[in-house]
Amino acid sequence: MSAPKRVGQHTLQFANPPVIVATASVVGPKEGEGPLGDTFDMVVDDSYFGEETWEKAERKMLEEAVKMVIAKAQLKPQDIDFLLAGDLLNQTISANYAARTLGIPFLGLYGACSTMYEGMALAAMLIDGGFAHHVVAACSSHYDTAERQYRFPTEQGIQRPPTAQWTVTGAGAVLMAPVGNGPRVTHATIGRVLDVGIKDPNDMGSAMAPAAVDTIVRHFQDTGRGPIDYDLIITGDLGRVGLEIATKLLGEKKYDVSKNYSDCGVLIYDHERQDTHAGGSGCACSAVVFAGHLMGKLNEGRYKRILGVGTGALLSTTATQQGESIPGIGHGVVIEG
Amino acid sequence: MAGSTKQPGPPKKPLTLAEQVMQQKQTYDQQAYQRLADSVKPRPRVIVNALNAFWIGGVIAALAQVITLIFASAGLNPRDAAAATVIVMVFLGALLTGLGIYDEIGKVAGAGSIIPITGFANSIVAPAMEYKREGFVFGVASRMFTIAGPVLVYGFIVSVLIGLIAYFFS
Repeated sequence: MSAPKRVGQHTLQFANPPVIVATASVVGPKEGEGPLGDTFDMVVDDSYFGEETWEKAERKMLEEAVKMVIAKAQLKPQDIDFLLAGDLLNQTISANYAARTLGIPFLGLYGACSTMYEGMALAAMLIDGGFAHHVVAACSSHYDTAERQYRFPTEQGIQRPPTAQWTVTGAGAVLMAPVGNGPRVTHATIGRVLDVGIKDPNDMGSAMAPAAVDTIVRHFQDTGRGPIDYDLIITGDLGRVGLEIATKLLGEKKYDVSKNYSDCGVLIYDHERQDTHAGGSGCACSAVVFAGHLMGKLNEGRYKRILGVGTGALLSTTATQQGESIPGIGHGVVIEG
Repeated sequence: MAGSTKQPGPPKKPLTLAEQVMQQKQTYDQQAYQRLADSVKPRPRVIVNALNAFWIGGVIAALAQVITLIFASAGLNPRDAAAATVIVMVFLGALLTGLGIYDEIGKVAGAGSIIPITGFANSIVAPAMEYKREGFVFGVASRMFTIAGPVLVYGFIVSVLIGLIAYFFS
């Protein structure tokens, strides 16, 4: 049995490329003050978002992003066939509780910070497979909920090393349909879990870069394309350290990406002014940069074809305390304007 | 019974040559990658950080000394003056944590504000504040010592050992 919608080993080529009808982004105050501040749909000026806890605030941001994307497409929640969502918290509580409120048939995802691209790849498969008309893929993260789960309480007086990254507070949502106006998802290359032995939870860029590179290289091999075929290749949250490593690793494989490669974690903050060290991270990092900045450029026609690679550090405090290293993953999705 | 307390697990077989080669290649690849990552990573500013730790730690210590002198001049004996100073410094550390200032100091000072007893207060108050939302029993009370706990445990162990040494050898 051959797989007619697959090219090469691990790349899906959609027969009727699904359309990204609308995107929505909600971010916290720090992201709103960043260089991409005016590309987001909603900037919340309080990281509690009027809730009692940060977890509830994150959940509300995710709900708002999903509601907003549905409203932007002039649809109602009952028109949506599936909601694919995830986040970083244990048992993905933000996504589960947001889905409780929204009442849309729900598939929970965990791909760490690669969740947005995992969701977009799966949404495209559901639509091109003929299983759905409207699918929403969404995810969220929150600086304070992530810090208390993975690292230290927020008031702890510690010094962050220069490789540390800042978890983006916010939520992004993407609505796809078989027809309509908007950029189309043409290919997806599913990532492999790679582990290069990095054990430092404050250095996730180094842990993820090889997985992103592996996906990009396999994508080029499967499709017969190269960096020149894309206006932009953009990884999710490698940050400044991971970006430099990925550029070097791709150079070693004879792919020159020096002109058209960037990273959402590098773009989202002004690292000197905002004290974010190596850059942004978290599920929301790639989600809100895609939903805001990249979607804007695609709609303007500034970018004709981009390869987005959502990168995830599959970090667990239990596993790292037991001496395990941090595996990484990267999912690639091609979007054409 | 001694045999049954051993860790369960598959019996250790000697690795085949191919497996040994694979294992060594993997280690080599990981080391090569670690070198690449290290060449890219920004270095922590050791000298600036050390100077900041030194002067801020020094200021905290000097402040404590001033407080000790005030208590002493008010008539407390040296032992009581030291104890009262500790109480004041712990209070100050807790207060600054509650006001959201201590973590800003810690960002610059590093070990300079972790080592003094104000840092110890910070490490107890910060999780207590953080976990208040999970309730007063399983939140505040049980999480309060997540960071300070190891300091207390090993502090107690060392003090017991020193006590024993002092008892038997003095």
